[in-house]
Amino acid sequence: MKPLVPLIFERSVPGRVGYSLPDCDVPEQDISQLLPVDQIRQTAPALPEVSEGDVIRHYLNLSLLNHSVDNGFYPLGSCTMKYNPKINENVSRLPGFARLHPLAPEKCAQGALQLVYELEQYLAEITGMDAVTLQPVAGAHGEYTGLKLIVAYHKARGDFKRKTILVPDSAHGTNPASAAMAGMNIVQVKSDAKGCVSLEDLRAKADDTVAALMLTNPNTLGLFDVNIAEIAEIVHQAGGLLYYDGANANAILGKVRPGDTGFDVVHLNLHKTFSTPHGGGGPGSGPVGVKAKLIPCLPVPRVVKKENEFSLDYDCPESIGKVHSFYGNFAVNVRAYAYIRMLGGQGLKLASEDAVLNANYLQARLKGAYHLEYDRLCMHEFVISAKHQKVKGVHTLDIAKRLLDFGVHPPTIYFPLIVDEAMMIEPTETEGKETLDYFIDAMLQIAKEAEETPEKVTNAPHTTPISRLDEVAAARNPILRWL
Amino acid sequence: MKIPQDLKYTRDHEWVKIEGNLVKVGITDFAQHELGDIVFVELPELEEEFSEGDAFAVLESVKAAADVYAPLAGVVVEINEELEDDPSLVNSDPYGNGWLAVFELAEDEEISGLMDAAEYQQFAAEEE
Repeated sequence: MKPLVPLIFERSVPGRVGYSLPDCDVPEQDISQLLPVDQIRQTAPALPEVSEGDVIRHYLNLSLLNHSVDNGFYPLGSCTMKYNPKINENVSRLPGFARLHPLAPEKCAQGALQLVYELEQYLAEITGMDAVTLQPVAGAHGEYTGLKLIVAYHKARGDFKRKTILVPDSAHGTNPASAAMAGMNIVQVKSDAKGCVSLEDLRAKADDTVAALMLTNPNTLGLFDVNIAEIAEIVHQAGGLLYYDGANANAILGKVRPGDTGFDVVHLNLHKTFSTPHGGGGPGSGPVGVKAKLIPCLPVPRVVKKENEFSLDYDCPESIGKVHSFYGNFAVNVRAYAYIRMLGGQGLKLASEDAVLNANYLQARLKGAYHLEYDRLCMHEFVISAKHQKVKGVHTLDIAKRLLDFGVHPPTIYFPLIVDEAMMIEPTETEGKETLDYFIDAMLQIAKEAEETPEKVTNAPHTTPISRLDEVAAARNPILRWL
Repeated sequence: MKIPQDLKYTRDHEWVKIEGNLVKVGITDFAQHELGDIVFVELPELEEEFSEGDAFAVLESVKAAADVYAPLAGVVVEINEELEDDPSLVNSDPYGNGWLAVFELAEDEEISGLMDAAEYQQFAAEEE
């Protein structure tokens, strides 16, 4: 068991310092002569008094308590925690990229502009769209940008009544949140018995106020919506657009292009699908691709190519403007570019095939011990439920906590909302069969424990520095400072 | 699972108590149990107007955030401010001190589609 790391404040030793300053070589003045008296603090701040070595050991030991994709399995559904090849890091650290000033003259930044231009082309090719902007820096930021584009498109056509965004009940929570941020009204569309969008409900709700339907395909159940052609027809006939949430794009690279199945706007999560690190809150990258009719609305500047020279074009009068400073999270985009170039078209396709194969292997092996609400072939992820275990008083949260004892990051839990006691599992293509089997054995053992010794699961974890945290007390009475 | 006889119930696991044109609303014992420990309650503003089926409040537990839907159209005339300091009342006393809001019914609003205690008991049992 790894030991608990004390707080840096608890390491403090009175009088210990980690620096030595030279003698002051300018005249000293009393602080009261420099600042108004009410601006001068009366008590010293309670900073920890530690040496450089203390600081390094403290933070290194803390970091060793982290779980990451570099030290263990991380099957967090809809998050695509795949291994991030280290060559991405090498490339993004090349001085020509890393030390380039964002306001450098265009002629000094040709390589960076070429990378932006080419990455936009690659992503357009992969998604079947006509143009892409790399400016949004997260998935939800891409959604927001995409919705702003859709609103601008309708307004440019003189159609001002489109205030509704349709969102399936299985959608990521960011979809309705982004729509609300964009000032739209949200109307939920039900799922049918197969876990797909209910065509009947969609037809009933697709009226002339609909600006767009936001759809994740495959959806959050890991299921490909086979009615996509009909869905697109219903929405388009109502005058709305089709928005593709690319959170689950890892399932379809080289197999299906959203643009070919009727989508008008797409966002991708480069930090998921294209192997740039994420999970600590960023930085991400959420490029948005559009069909030709929406190109004039794209954020400025656009990178354009004229006679083998690249430049930034701000002359886009119908543009929605900027959605981020400079050109988005450039270094993240460099990593995604490296990933795409390393794998190539065939490699990307194989990545998706293996992601789907791995998920189906896990689903097939776990579906006896755990309830599987929608029993069909899945895509890159699937959702099982602790419905059987609930009878014994063992809930999904308990199973997630018990997995920590096996050194595995738990799957996404209690989502999607339409499955009771949900566990959403996404192994990704970068795991070998040994890891998958280890996870299966752990899950089967936990299912057995839930049956025979449920308290072993409900009291988990047993091997972490701290066992079960009181999340309720933490949420109801948070103590937000140590002193 | 407690299901008081004198209340009416919705398919969204809410209870309503009707007194003249005033309707008190809360969630059922079944609902609070399913949600788990409530850690935050977002209530509507006074005088806010809702149509039937609109989300008027949000209950947040450690595992989920759930909308609470207006069982009928009306205007909010009272909210349970105690829940701001002590959201656990929804768990400990869902039919009493854990009530959420009181609505004044819209004119001509007809109350229909509610279940009595026996019907709700059967409905909840099927959901389990």
